[in-house]
Amino acid sequence: MITIENLSKSFENGDDKIWAVKNVNLHVNEGEIFGIIGLSGAGKSTLIRCLNRLEEPTEGKITIDGVDITNLDKSGLRRVRKDIGMIFQHFNLLSQKTVYENIAFPLELEGMSKSEIKSRVNTLLDYVELVDKKDSYPSQLSGGQKQRVAIARALANNPKILLSDEGTSALDPKTTKSILDLLNRIRKEFNLTIVLITHQMEVVKDICDKVAIIEDGEIIESNKVDELFRNPKTKTANAFISGLDFNIEEESIKSREFKGTLIRLSYLGDSAKEPIVSKMVKNFNIHANILSGNINELMSTSVGYLILELLGDDNEIKNAIAYLKNQNVSVEVI
Amino acid sequence: MAKLVIPSLLETLYMVVFSTVFSLLIGFPLGILLVVTEKDNIWEKPFLNKVLNSIINILRSFPFIILMILVFPISKLIVGKSIGTTATIVPLSIAAAPFVARIIESSLKEVDKGVIELSLSMGASVPQIIFKVLIPEAMPSLILGITITIINLIGYSAMAGAIGGGGLGNLAIRYGLYRFQTDIMVVSVILIIIMVQGIQYLGNKMSLIIDKK
Repeated sequence: MITIENLSKSFENGDDKIWAVKNVNLHVNEGEIFGIIGLSGAGKSTLIRCLNRLEEPTEGKITIDGVDITNLDKSGLRRVRKDIGMIFQHFNLLSQKTVYENIAFPLELEGMSKSEIKSRVNTLLDYVELVDKKDSYPSQLSGGQKQRVAIARALANNPKILLSDEGTSALDPKTTKSILDLLNRIRKEFNLTIVLITHQMEVVKDICDKVAIIEDGEIIESNKVDELFRNPKTKTANAFISGLDFNIEEESIKSREFKGTLIRLSYLGDSAKEPIVSKMVKNFNIHANILSGNINELMSTSVGYLILELLGDDNEIKNAIAYLKNQNVSVEVI
Repeated sequence: MAKLVIPSLLETLYMVVFSTVFSLLIGFPLGILLVVTEKDNIWEKPFLNKVLNSIINILRSFPFIILMILVFPISKLIVGKSIGTTATIVPLSIAAAPFVARIIESSLKEVDKGVIELSLSMGASVPQIIFKVLIPEAMPSLILGITITIINLIGYSAMAGAIGGGGLGNLAIRYGLYRFQTDIMVVSVILIIIMVQGIQYLGNKMSLIIDKK
């Protein structure tokens, strides 16, 4: 659906050239929710803006649905943009227009007739559950309602792709959840491909199928979300995962304070059904002390963590770890 | 006294209404151009932008009385004469147009960059962004700007009265100043004050009513 090849973007700052995006290669499949996560200033906003050329890429190629959009002229670009909806952190609603008029706006740009606009907008209002707010102005809405208007507006043209530029960053956790649910629902019902950027691992965890981690303009890790949670390769990925609320206790465990060997197991939903730890203790002459554990609910599966202190003969511990590694569990010695 | 004051009041209204319309006709498009041709804006044209800025600055530097005299030949060309109430509309419009351009420019610049970005992301064309986004979003501020323009034109029209224009300014000078009829001068000035107050009040009210932000 979307292929990004060797994409780079630089900004001139006087004589300096600053590379906001460096040599990015990504592929997003149709119907996928693809998350790009990074800290502020990592270049994620520039990257997503390149996808509809709100930012002009300096180098590289972006192909959407077989069309190289980096080569399009202005009118070609305008046509492609109508197939790409976008939502923003600060919603970007037209403040002098009602909810109805905001959703009608892209249809008006298309020159659609009044009656067609009316039926389309009413369907969308119904879909985002804002029928009663139809004649309200954005200033009278809550953040979550504003974003739902923005989503309805982004869907008005029946786009194939939806870009979300920190779409939930200005919302409280509960509202974030409801907006993410809505995005997940429209992905299924409209067969939409969604690319979102965020700095919240919560968002990735809740709705993304795949995730790329961006740092200093480069993609440093890209994987399926469950794989990333199970086996994060980079420090940054680890930091994002452990930044999730329920992982906090992990930080308070210092390996120096324990006599035994500390290991961290991570396993996907299905492996959790096997009594692995109990088998390990039976098979090897060691003791296992459970220090911490939790489960992260991902969209399609869940990833569990367990931190164990292993006590016993060094060799036995080594063998036990080798055994665990054979059981479809990731093992990390802390 | 009413015989003197009422025709002058009507002349002032006539001058102000028409010069407002004409200065808006010239200044409004200029103001839009100033914004959209700016760097990083939707129709970036750095050279045009520079030229427009210079012309507007030069026109705004002229003291009104001098501009009015300089424009006499143009008035003659358009209206057929260089003095009188109708003729004064020409220099009034020319003097106010660059002012209008700046006022419009600053109002349009207040529009949130985010909604422009949004419109671009939806494939809106430059004219669509100008007429469906920039102007409607800036409307409350534009109304306040136009109010200021009208009030300025009332002031200018009174000045124009001194050198051959009609209206209340002319009346105040001819009767009040030259013939020492203080009452006429006072009435003229009071009428001008009432006009200014009334228009400012109306402008503020309208802007407030239509602003949904």
